[in-house]
Amino acid sequence: MDWSAIFLTLRLALVVCSTLLIVGTPIALWLSFTRWRWKFFVESIVALPLVLPPTVLGFYVLVAMGSNSPIGRWYQSFTGHGLPFTFEGLAIASVIYSLPFTVQPMAAAFSQVDRNLINASAILGASRIRTFMRVVLPLSIGGVVTGFVLSFAHTLGEFGVVLMVGGNIPGVTRTISIAIYDQTQALDYAGANRMALLLLAFAFVTLSITYSLNRRVWAVWPMSR
Amino acid sequence: MTSIVACKKLWTVLLLATFVCIWFPAGAGAGELKIAAAADLTFAFKDVGAQFVKQSGNTLELTYGSSGNFFAQIQNGAPFDLFFSADIGYPQKLDAAGLAEPGTIYEYASGKLVMWVPNASKLGLSRGLATLLDPSIRKIAIANPQHAPYGVAAVAAMRHDGIYDKVKSKLVLGENISQTAQFVESGNADVGLLALSLAVAPAMKDKGRYVEIPADDYPPIIQAAVILKSSRNKELANQFLKFLKQPGTVALMERYGFSIPKDVAAQHGKMSAPQ
Repeated sequence: MDWSAIFLTLRLALVVCSTLLIVGTPIALWLSFTRWRWKFFVESIVALPLVLPPTVLGFYVLVAMGSNSPIGRWYQSFTGHGLPFTFEGLAIASVIYSLPFTVQPMAAAFSQVDRNLINASAILGASRIRTFMRVVLPLSIGGVVTGFVLSFAHTLGEFGVVLMVGGNIPGVTRTISIAIYDQTQALDYAGANRMALLLLAFAFVTLSITYSLNRRVWAVWPMSR
Repeated sequence: MTSIVACKKLWTVLLLATFVCIWFPAGAGAGELKIAAAADLTFAFKDVGAQFVKQSGNTLELTYGSSGNFFAQIQNGAPFDLFFSADIGYPQKLDAAGLAEPGTIYEYASGKLVMWVPNASKLGLSRGLATLLDPSIRKIAIANPQHAPYGVAAVAAMRHDGIYDKVKSKLVLGENISQTAQFVESGNADVGLLALSLAVAPAMKDKGRYVEIPADDYPPIIQAAVILKSSRNKELANQFLKFLKQPGTVALMERYGFSIPKDVAAQHGKMSAPQ
């Protein structure tokens, strides 16, 4: 078992998902409440990573972060090293790659919330943030958890983007899926199988959690309403 | 109400976890040597690396891949200390671009190309590359000639024998020579043009047969290493290069089918003479 790859992957997934909660929540809120007529453009951009080949995304991120681009140069002057082949670079690419997996379930859940409740909260003098924390979030917690779990699982298993942007550096950018690829090439089928089984089991558990959350009755914590 | 409290707790825990994760980086420490190694070293360097770790007490982080890919990654700032290319051209280009530590290019070995088939195969290898014309062959695995030196050699050898155009449609390209070996070892390709160092490795040697391609059929695969300018571990990198020149390591590399350059072999002779 390549423990450094496992810890690295978990760490990456945690960083990415937490960042996505912070970045994705306002986007999801805006998408579910705006009446702007060009909203579909933003929706398309958010959903783009769903259909975009990972290598395309990886390629552009690599170019955008490289030392020939303004962003790359700015980052380099700021920290003294470039973004490609670092954990930070990998995290940024993964955030972009997993964005729709967080935003879409959240936006779907937010727009299911009864507008009357939100209006009532506003009329009673609650601020927007208070209304969000006390009314919208509790009513759509299933969608938020789904978004979190899905992007977590998606980050754990991503391969193309990691290979393009991260290279394959042990302890820095060699994630579980890259380690499996490596072990297969080194004809270490037993090792590859152990890691692959781990990911398979995790994917199954993740999906089970997601589907159970979307049931009317919360199967994980079977509380009666 | 419980769900509101749960929400807040969830957020707090997540935020804390994020900060902990970002500010306490796991993994690679400062004292370890990061080596980018050509894929034909996959098995040889497992042994060599273990010996070095035992002897020096330092740790190694080895990444295997195709030399051309590493070359591109290093140009983009990949944080390696040492680069073991399967082709001297890439280290020379890095040197010309000012990305290598001047004067550190070291020709550590030259590689050999072999034709490999699994044990179950009925193909006879005695006719050399002409075997590839056998109509029962559906897929021939070679490394990608665009960025893998063994792929370049394979194409050159097939062209030399005038069969390249006839078998071109049957070629499957591995991303590097190690993946190419996996293609044929797994039976997904019928025959592969591989590095001798992989064919003699414990993981492969009992699983198939091979024949060496005559060295005159392809340009020599001169493999060279170089210390990278961006390395923060130049002393340790130098130590590793010296370790490679030791008689024990030379013998180990030879056992993996590498020919060791004459000047090192000569040194080897000098060193062992007084004994």
